[in-house]
Amino acid sequence: MSETVLHLINVLGILIVVLSIAASLPWVERRLLGYLQDRYGPNRVGPFGVLQTVADAIKLFTKEDWIPPFADKPVFIIAPTVIMTTILTSFAVVPFSPGIGVIDLNIGLLFFLAMSSLGVYSVMLAGWSANNKYSLLGALRAAAQMLSYEVFMGLSLMGVVIISGTFNLRNIVLAQKNMWFCIPQIIGLIVFIIAALAETRRLPFDLTEAESELVAGYHIEYSGMKFGMFYIGEYVGVTLISSMIVTLFFGGWQGPFLPPIVWFIIKTFFFIGLFITLRASLPRPRFDQLMSYGWKVMLPLALLNLLVTGGIVLATGS
Amino acid sequence: MIISALISVWNVFKHLFKKRVTIQYPEERPYLAPRWRGRIILSRDPNGEERCVACYLCAVACPVDCISLQATEDEHGRRYPEWFRINFSRCIFCGLCEEACPTYAIQLTPDFEMCEYDRQNLVYEKEDLLIDGQGKYHGYNFYRVAGVAIGGKDKGESENEDAPIDLRSLLP
Repeated sequence: MSETVLHLINVLGILIVVLSIAASLPWVERRLLGYLQDRYGPNRVGPFGVLQTVADAIKLFTKEDWIPPFADKPVFIIAPTVIMTTILTSFAVVPFSPGIGVIDLNIGLLFFLAMSSLGVYSVMLAGWSANNKYSLLGALRAAAQMLSYEVFMGLSLMGVVIISGTFNLRNIVLAQKNMWFCIPQIIGLIVFIIAALAETRRLPFDLTEAESELVAGYHIEYSGMKFGMFYIGEYVGVTLISSMIVTLFFGGWQGPFLPPIVWFIIKTFFFIGLFITLRASLPRPRFDQLMSYGWKVMLPLALLNLLVTGGIVLATGS
Repeated sequence: MIISALISVWNVFKHLFKKRVTIQYPEERPYLAPRWRGRIILSRDPNGEERCVACYLCAVACPVDCISLQATEDEHGRRYPEWFRINFSRCIFCGLCEEACPTYAIQLTPDFEMCEYDRQNLVYEKEDLLIDGQGKYHGYNFYRVAGVAIGGKDKGESENEDAPIDLRSLLP
């Protein structure tokens, strides 16, 4: 009984913390973007502007939640929930610290990859069901981009799996006791960060949204809280990807002096900050550049990394 | 390609510690140049009389027709506006009225905080426009330099003006 209660607290706690971090991220991002551009960013609502997100949420709730009459209604409504569900489900396998984490899945890494693949459905269905040519174009781009970057996102992680010899994320973290995998798997890390950026559709790879050409891409017809789902879903995705990078390459909760969960949060926020800095500094590539970059550079690099890692592990027999 | 991207990321990152260019307006005040074109005023001459002679040149020059006035004369034959109205909801603060004014009466000031909740409150009457000072041009009195005769000043009594020559007295 008490174990069940403990587990429930664990699950609810993770859900609430993750959601509130994701909800505060728009403010963090806008503040940080402002600072990177020699501005201040939103600093009026509440102390340092932290209540900006609350104001935004109130605004979103008071907006008309419009469903276009030409849209495919059920799919249109389901699509934004898919992205939230898949990403939040992925958090189940993230090992936050020795005691915190929802499940200790043997195939946690595969589960994460599967869930991020399912995220494509959300984008595709949203663009398709809206029955709008721009949203369809955005969805087509999104599907092509996410599918092709998923290929080597999985491959780039296989080096980690080879070294640690397990798909269990908790064991992967434990395997980094002596050396974080960011050193032997530096190529895997780079490839994974780039693929992760494309997966979360963040700015250097935000061709799916591309507000300057496609207006908003796949969520062009969405308004109110349905749009908010996509919006927050993006930030939950950023949090997830950052925590995955930390788990897989930067030793997860491991670190001196501070308690494990604090280390995890510090590292995760470092990568969230890195993603925001990347957004502030890099231009968006052309779509054919994006595709050829993915297939011609990143995929061979990931395969090479896999081959070399496998060879070394096989030769040293460790 | 990766290297150049990393360099640009680093360069952008360095901006985190640079000075902000934002002026946080209500708390911090921006510098307004002395010749800033803001709220329009009507100035007075050194004697405290209105400078405006109601010549209508500002109203003519105004590209958005936001100035309207009615000329009248006092007992000395001195022209002044009976009423003078500027509709600031139309005004584009171009300063053409100031350039057109022959008497330095109408001037633009470095003040831009004139928000109102009611549109009608943006229509300024002569009492709202007239100030007690001389504005940007001190010591200038149009009627003291203009050759026009008004009550208390006849022809030839202006500054830098010779007495009028009686042509008949020049006859041989």
